[in-house]
Amino acid sequence: MKISRNRRWILAGIAAVVLIVLIALNGDQFDQWMDQNGVVLRQAFVTGILIGGVFGLVAMGLTLIFGVLDIINFAHGALLTIGMYITFVLFDRFGIDPYLAVLITVPLLFLLGGIIQRTIIYPARNAPAHNQLLLTLGLALFIENLMLVVFTATPRSIRLSYGRGLTEIGPLAIDFPIRIAGTTITLTKLAAFIFAVFLTAVLYLLLQRTTLGKAIRATAQNKEGARLVGISTDRISLITFGLGVACVGAAAALVLPFLSVDPLVGNAFNITAFVIVVLGGMGSIPGALLGGLIIGLTQELGVVFAPSSTKLLGVFFVFILVLLLRPQGLLGKKE
Amino acid sequence: MTPLLNLKGLTKRFGGLVAVNDVNLTLGKEEILGLIGPNGAGKTTLFNMISGTYLPTSGQILFEDKDITDLPPHKIASLGISRTFQLVKPFAKLTVVDNVMIGTFLRTRGNKQAREKAREVVKFVGLEQYADRPAHNLTTSGRKRLELARALALEPKILLLDEVMAGLTPTESLAIVELIRAIREAGITILVIEHVMKAIMSLSDRVAVLHHGELIAIDLPAEVTSDERVIEAYLGEEFEIAAN
Amino acid sequence: MNRLRQIPGDYLAVAALLVVLGTLPFFLDRFYLSLALLILFWAYLGNAWNIMGGYTGLFSFGHAMFYGIGAYTSTVLLVDYAISPWVGMLAGAILAGLFGAFVGFLLSRFGVRGHFFALGTFAIAEMVRLLATEFEFINTSIGIHIPLVRGDSWIRLQFEETFANYYYVILILFLIGQIITITIVRNKLGYYFQAIRENEEAAASLGVNALRYKVISVAISAALTAIAGSFFAQYFLFIDPTIVFGVSVSVQILLRPIVGGVGTIWGPFVGALLLTPLAEFTRSVVRKPPSFLDFIEGRAGVDVMLFGAILIIVVLFMPDGLIGAGKRIWRRFKKQNDTTAQPQGTD
Repeated sequence: MKISRNRRWILAGIAAVVLIVLIALNGDQFDQWMDQNGVVLRQAFVTGILIGGVFGLVAMGLTLIFGVLDIINFAHGALLTIGMYITFVLFDRFGIDPYLAVLITVPLLFLLGGIIQRTIIYPARNAPAHNQLLLTLGLALFIENLMLVVFTATPRSIRLSYGRGLTEIGPLAIDFPIRIAGTTITLTKLAAFIFAVFLTAVLYLLLQRTTLGKAIRATAQNKEGARLVGISTDRISLITFGLGVACVGAAAALVLPFLSVDPLVGNAFNITAFVIVVLGGMGSIPGALLGGLIIGLTQELGVVFAPSSTKLLGVFFVFILVLLLRPQGLLGKKE
Repeated sequence: MTPLLNLKGLTKRFGGLVAVNDVNLTLGKEEILGLIGPNGAGKTTLFNMISGTYLPTSGQILFEDKDITDLPPHKIASLGISRTFQLVKPFAKLTVVDNVMIGTFLRTRGNKQAREKAREVVKFVGLEQYADRPAHNLTTSGRKRLELARALALEPKILLLDEVMAGLTPTESLAIVELIRAIREAGITILVIEHVMKAIMSLSDRVAVLHHGELIAIDLPAEVTSDERVIEAYLGEEFEIAAN
Repeated sequence: MNRLRQIPGDYLAVAALLVVLGTLPFFLDRFYLSLALLILFWAYLGNAWNIMGGYTGLFSFGHAMFYGIGAYTSTVLLVDYAISPWVGMLAGAILAGLFGAFVGFLLSRFGVRGHFFALGTFAIAEMVRLLATEFEFINTSIGIHIPLVRGDSWIRLQFEETFANYYYVILILFLIGQIITITIVRNKLGYYFQAIRENEEAAASLGVNALRYKVISVAISAALTAIAGSFFAQYFLFIDPTIVFGVSVSVQILLRPIVGGVGTIWGPFVGALLLTPLAEFTRSVVRKPPSFLDFIEGRAGVDVMLFGAILIIVVLFMPDGLIGAGKRIWRRFKKQNDTTAQPQGTD
């Protein structure tokens, strides 16, 4: 690996130059295309940012878990699905607003995460890594199909009674959907974004300012060292897993207003979350948010540039690039 | 006579830190050269450059007059320079013989030859009893011998030993010293990093002293131990030289 | 008798299996024979995966990409150019081998390891699947039907009448795969693979070109996997990107070697012996549950749910796989009967 680091950047440089040359050579066509698609582009940009926030929230949980427990939680998407179904039932049966339901799903999923960690993950902590992978995989299979059995495959969605037309939020009265520069911003997506960023900040402060947060970060950096200074790493692992799943619980409630839920909805989030975690840097919370925004953008913009292909193609392409060029992610630390 | 190994102006920089600074060194055939110096002097870094793990920032490494400066570790091993690691790296799940076979496969044809040769090497280092036990069952001393066996399996011309006696009792160290002598008898040139002064002074034909990445002395053992600069370098560290 | 002892036990076991398993079609009915076929099918795939995943330590979470290449290559050659699936199988293996070499090179050249490697193979496999849904010449996501042939045809690898022929093909494939695995493990390739897995830096210091051998490992694994993909196409008679490139295939492939024992010669076979009938069993329980469980009858998902739960339990209680657990029990049994115990590891 003595020369490879420089080669990587040379490769990246070549790729960038090729891209720029292609665009430059097709200058006229490019301008024309921009005129025709400008609006679509702007909308994709806005939507990308808005949902990117929630992506980041989901990825945050995953990166936390990976940072401390060193496992890739394949059941992450499935847990999101549970959260969404819980939110659905709360809305459908009890009329609880999803944005209030967050207060229920977060502690509930925190608890669930703790139980899972204690009963399934913890016993296998000394087993080889692929065992833990299989465990979370088995869990994912179990959860997905449990949802299938209980709720069947029919997608469920909710429709908020507010959020169209003039809406009063406290002292403000805003006309939804908001229209700026030809783009449309719906209440549901905006709320999801705002809440996601807010929760990210809360999580970040928790990790930076509280004793618990410091203990978590210490364990993530050096388990042995943390143990030596008296931190109960077992307890920290338990709490961290719970926290990671709690993130997903919050994201679930935020996402249901604009996304319908079926037993496999978590799968796509799983994949995107993995990519974001690698992109942002394993173990970095701000990285997860940044990665989430980038991937949200990639997904939405990808559809504009290559309309016939699926959203995920662009995402995967980015993923491979990151893996090869900067595996520690944007904000991660080099191993 | 051309030296077997010729280090010319070898330098290694890690960002702002200069780990090895302009080292010029030659190694003659069937010589045992001891390399000593306080911790952090750059000894292992020097080894890592010779074995190909690190790319020198500047300078040249000539092996039998061939420039090997840029070659990757596996190439250098196949050319005839093998090494042991300070922190031993056994193939834990494989047996002792299997471990050594990874080395003998390089120079033999086929399974049977590789296995026979491996058993010979295992016998040579005194691990016969544990030949078919998994490597993770070995004690520290056993692991050090395994490390040695693997390096020998490559039939090297030059053997780099990195603190092979670390963690051993004085009795065990003495046994290793005898082993190293036997290796030289077999015609292999040896470059040894060691902190056990008694051992290295009795083993080495010449001793090189590294301090802050620079070669501050290279001479006969007796001369080196009375060299003022060497003593100064070690000031603050306890070290006793057993007289003869 | 002495000559027999010189031939390693593993090869003898293969010969024994040939005899034992070869007679199965004579007294098993169609249902149990197809179960046996499935067991051998997944065992074969498990072996293929094991070469790179178990022995070289390159955990692949995207083996479906190789499987699908095999399936599509032989199918397109058959449907569009009337080329025999046997030739197509070979072509698919070569193509997959080259692609595998490329993937192995890509990921290894840049030092991608461990978790990242697994995720990398996952991402590449998903990309392949998504790309496959785009390509017109393989009929995008609609899939391709393999034209039905009346009666039996060895040339076209289709046996409408004699199911046992399918079984024999898979049996031979499995045994060949097992022989290949044994031969690799016992010789230089296998030793180098394991050295890379145990400690790549040490392996390099012993003259092992890690990059080259990683690429070789992936290429072999990929080629073998593709062959099974071609077989599947001829067995199931319909393929589409989800069926052959999907994540569930990748998961199925790696389940058996891991449960059976990663990096062991018989692990995939043992794993398949346990898991495949288990999956069938859970499926049949859902179809016709015992009376006290009749609320689960016909419910989609219960079988996989059960399977997931069992998987968790197996992995928790047998962390080194079935073979590892077997070894442990054997060792404990030996220790109890060994009254003249020798001191361990003194020097």
